[in-house]
Amino acid sequence: MSSKTLSPSVLAPAILFPALRDALVKLDPRQLVRNPVIFVTEVVAAFVTLLWLLEMSGGTGAPAFSGQIAAWLWFTVLFANFAEAVAEGRGKAQAESLKRGKADLIAKKLLFPGQPGNNGCEIVPAASLRVGDIVLVETGDLIPGDGEVVAGLASVNESAITGESAPVIRESGGDRSAVTGGTEVISDWLRIRITTKPGESFVDRMIGLIEGAKRQKTPNEIALSILLSGLTLIFLIAVVSLYGLALYSGSDLSLAVLAALLVTLIPTTIGGLLSAIGIAGMDRLIRFNVIATSGRAVEAAGDVDTLLLDKTGTITFGNRMASEFLPVDGVSEVSLAEAVLLASLADETAEGRSIVALAKADFGLTEPRIVGNGTTTIPFSATTRISGIDIEGRQIRKGAIDAVLAFAGISRDTAPREFLAAVDKVARSGGTPLGVADSGRLLGVIHLKDVVKPGIKERFAALRAMGIRTVMVTGDNPVTAAAIASEAGVDDFLAEATPEQKLDFIRREQTGGRLIAMCGDGTNDAPALAQADVGVAMQSGTQAAREAGNMVDLDSSPTKLIEIVEIGKQILMTRGSLTTFSIANDVAKYFAIIPALFLATYPELGVLNVMGLASPQSAILSAVIFNALIIVVLIPLALRGVKYRPVGAAALLRRNLLVYGLGGLIAPFVGIKLVDMAVSALNLI
Amino acid sequence: MTWQGWLQIAAVLLAVLVIIKPLGLYMARVFAGDRTPLSPVLAPVETGFYRLAGVDPRREQGWFAYAIGVLAFSLAGFLLLYAMLRLQAYLPFNPQGFGALAPDLAFNTAASFVTNTNWQAYGGETTMSHFSQMAGLTVQNFVSGATGIAVAIAVTRAFARSGVKELGNFWVDLTRATLYVLLPMAIIVALAFVALGLPQTLDGAMAATTLEGASQTIALGPVASQEAIKQLGTNGGGFFNVNAAHPFENPNAFSNYLNIFSMLSISAALVYAFGQIVGSRRQAWALLSAMAILLVTGIGIVYWAETAGNPIHLALGVDPALGNMEGKEVRFGQAMTALYAGVTTGISNGGVNAMMSSLTPLGGLVPMFLMQLGEILPGGVGSGLYAMLVFSILAVFIAGLMVGRTPELLGKKIEAREIKLAMLAVLLLPTAILGFSSVAAMLPAGLAGLASAGPHGLSEILYAYTSAAANNGSAFGGLSANSPWYNTTLGLAMLAGRFAYIVPVLAIAGALATKPRVAPSSGTFPTHGPLFVGLLIGIILILGGLQFFPALALGPILEHVLMLAGQTF
Repeated sequence: MSSKTLSPSVLAPAILFPALRDALVKLDPRQLVRNPVIFVTEVVAAFVTLLWLLEMSGGTGAPAFSGQIAAWLWFTVLFANFAEAVAEGRGKAQAESLKRGKADLIAKKLLFPGQPGNNGCEIVPAASLRVGDIVLVETGDLIPGDGEVVAGLASVNESAITGESAPVIRESGGDRSAVTGGTEVISDWLRIRITTKPGESFVDRMIGLIEGAKRQKTPNEIALSILLSGLTLIFLIAVVSLYGLALYSGSDLSLAVLAALLVTLIPTTIGGLLSAIGIAGMDRLIRFNVIATSGRAVEAAGDVDTLLLDKTGTITFGNRMASEFLPVDGVSEVSLAEAVLLASLADETAEGRSIVALAKADFGLTEPRIVGNGTTTIPFSATTRISGIDIEGRQIRKGAIDAVLAFAGISRDTAPREFLAAVDKVARSGGTPLGVADSGRLLGVIHLKDVVKPGIKERFAALRAMGIRTVMVTGDNPVTAAAIASEAGVDDFLAEATPEQKLDFIRREQTGGRLIAMCGDGTNDAPALAQADVGVAMQSGTQAAREAGNMVDLDSSPTKLIEIVEIGKQILMTRGSLTTFSIANDVAKYFAIIPALFLATYPELGVLNVMGLASPQSAILSAVIFNALIIVVLIPLALRGVKYRPVGAAALLRRNLLVYGLGGLIAPFVGIKLVDMAVSALNLI
Repeated sequence: MTWQGWLQIAAVLLAVLVIIKPLGLYMARVFAGDRTPLSPVLAPVETGFYRLAGVDPRREQGWFAYAIGVLAFSLAGFLLLYAMLRLQAYLPFNPQGFGALAPDLAFNTAASFVTNTNWQAYGGETTMSHFSQMAGLTVQNFVSGATGIAVAIAVTRAFARSGVKELGNFWVDLTRATLYVLLPMAIIVALAFVALGLPQTLDGAMAATTLEGASQTIALGPVASQEAIKQLGTNGGGFFNVNAAHPFENPNAFSNYLNIFSMLSISAALVYAFGQIVGSRRQAWALLSAMAILLVTGIGIVYWAETAGNPIHLALGVDPALGNMEGKEVRFGQAMTALYAGVTTGISNGGVNAMMSSLTPLGGLVPMFLMQLGEILPGGVGSGLYAMLVFSILAVFIAGLMVGRTPELLGKKIEAREIKLAMLAVLLLPTAILGFSSVAAMLPAGLAGLASAGPHGLSEILYAYTSAAANNGSAFGGLSANSPWYNTTLGLAMLAGRFAYIVPVLAIAGALATKPRVAPSSGTFPTHGPLFVGLLIGIILILGGLQFFPALALGPILEHVLMLAGQTF
């Protein structure tokens, strides 16, 4: 699946023509009954068609009028079906390519999985694999199914799933042990234990999701459907009862006219676009390289109150970096920098490299050549916690404060106050102090700190504007955590966090009525991912994490949550805006149709014909045509979604209410008038 | 319209505004079970009641038990009242020796008073004995109002609580509403009415000789006490047939002010009590603002339409300064008539001080429309608040989506269940009003009661079913409603309008009470600003009013355009 490329346009023939066909297929009442508003429209359309046929055969009434009404009622249904078909069509092409890749997968199933060697395997179709089977995948093979690496290490090209062509490393144990069916091993080999049943793999889920086959209405969609059905019922009562009231008033209303009134009043606009909005929203998510297991999770993302983010790798770069040299005891900053540069030259750790980089960048030092006999490098070890170099008679060491003090033969009590003060300063700012000593003399302190990723503060500010609190989770001590939290601009932090504490934190927030989103990749994140309302697992993570979450981010980017939240909000906003628009439209439709209904009996009611529509019949026909066309006009908006702006709820509501509420009041007055002018000009009536 | 007229309107509404807060806070304390200044006197009576009835005041009920309590209590009240009216001839305090009511009239009247509608298909002074008035009707005036208050309090608690099933104890809320709110206020207002000249006696009619020497029977009775609770409990059933237009029910301008003031005060203050209990007084003010804007607009239209008068009369040389005075009392004038008409239909009172049928077509349209909105301005005691909350739920749901979150009202998520029940409640009015009206407009039995032809006749039918289904009780006038057809269908409309609304509302309360209260964030749609007020008004007009537009077009609107064309009915 290629991603982040431009989505195919609605008018692309590849989507347009199948969608037109699907729109007809969807006329099947058994399918349509899922959408009550459009189903009612179809029933009414069939009814008016019947009236038209009777009028045609009996030579009574006005068949030209009822025929046109019937035609436009059918168009209303077809346009609604078309909207849904277009929304589905965009995903179908992607699903097809995934299916093709999956069709001819084969597996090398190990016959003797208990033995260490990779001898003896049979070639079986991937579809016959069962949970627990062990398969061998070698260079050039496609991985036959989702699973866990039990042995081996290989680089895997996962572009078929993620669209990212750079290969990733997969190995047994740890957090990089999950593999996905359909990806390709490009070097070395892996032994994989299959963990999913055929038909339920990641690719299968993706296909199902993209095709919309397993699409179920989300809770909010259900609630909105109920509202729309209720409105339909209310207008049904209003229209049916009007027959009796009109009869009293001396006008025998034709059934075609009443049918037209009913369909224009019931919320066909939102009813017709409702499912397209949901499908398009999921599609947008897929184009952001996020796979959600259910629409419910996407909708919940729009409601998220608190975002739980791991510090390492998300908020900060994974490694601590040197940010400052603090000399003591009369040592100049430059000579301290020279000393640590020497001591770190052979240090290949990220911290060591950052020290070299800082010394070069801030003090303009060049890398000295350190060839010579008297030169020995002392590598870092976990037991000594110290590293350094013996060069030209100097013994330069850097490392943990206690270890450096011990090396210099100084106890903490006798250490220079200046040195201890520097250590304390670094610790209090949330950094890690490294002591530096030359033989028995303390030279100073290196300030190592977590470096916050650039731009992250702005993203958190955007989240705050959305009303979402960010909470940083870290294993650091509270002092360090607080310092980084304030630098990154998160709202709160959870220090010295264990997986249990993470889970407790989520439960506590949920009891307070808040919705929690988090992302994680490790197996120990799995319980928290499962507990969170929105759990985004990284594609690079373990199988356990991927199964616990309700979304998988193929790019494995923790800040992707922000986009997910936006898409969730967009879906709800688009529904709300189009519902408001649809309901507000009714005012104009009443003014078009009511005077038209009774003009023959009471010409005085012509004062209500504020639009000055040509004739009663053209007024009714124009309202019906407008009602059908507005669905088509709004399809692009339904597919694209109403734009979300992180400006706070009140400002957002004011804007949308103005555009879709006020716009919904005014637009049909203009629209119906224009259609009426066209209808009169074309002499349709 | 005159500035003096607007000044009177403003003065009465201002007086209501002043009492909202103290009365609201008092009621919040009453229903929380806290001590109030009246506790030393009433607490022993209250506990005595509970002991007598075997009610444990600390045991709370879930929504279903609460609803069963409401229904059972109302059914018992209905049966008792029906029996009383049927057996009137054998019961005491019947100085004029009135006979039993016909079965259909007794059904209609019992339904009417139990549902707090007080639709009167009879003339009070020529039908009801003092016993029926006091032991039957007045008792229901108290307890039907108290039932509405109790339901509103249960719904209020649902917003205030989280994670529980219990909404309170119906019997306790009923007792407290009667004992601590309605009774003390009724005593004060009744005494004030007596001071203003309303009769309060157990004597029957008086025979008087008029100036011309003719003899006249002047009906008397316990008018002041019934009038007090009629207004406080938003009942509206008058002692006399012509209701508050009668000089003994409403003798002067001051009694008129007091009438309107007492109609509005409890309903409006209950909204404040809601805000106090749920911990958001700003929410209360937002709801009150939406109510006030719609109500004042309605009053303004009536006032304008009536002072503009009838062009046909003006063409005949009638003094245009008076406007349309047909059916109005000169002692009240246009402003106080407009205010009374707006308030009595904005709330669920239904008393009138002028004949609605004689208003101009547009002047008559407004009261009808205000009822069709569901009587939420501020509505009947209790019933106005819970109906307004149903609209708030719908407004928040539609608008809340526009900010990209699952909609919340006061921290309670509004989901499928609440929407289903709210729509069920909202469906009720159009079904009862338009359904019955449409049938009545086609059936000979329905048409037989009409006093006028044409659109005015249709307005008579529409008004009657609107008044019944909305539990208002005001009569348009003209329609002869005391027939088996109207007594039965209007009775059914009243029962449906009350109980088919209360049950879904209590079910919503049950669902809301179990939900946690979500803490607001900057992403939450604020429900207490002017934006929400405007939105709520829009939703009320579109969801509550729009479906009546075709019917209104054929009734008052058509009558108006025909009147302009010189045609009357």
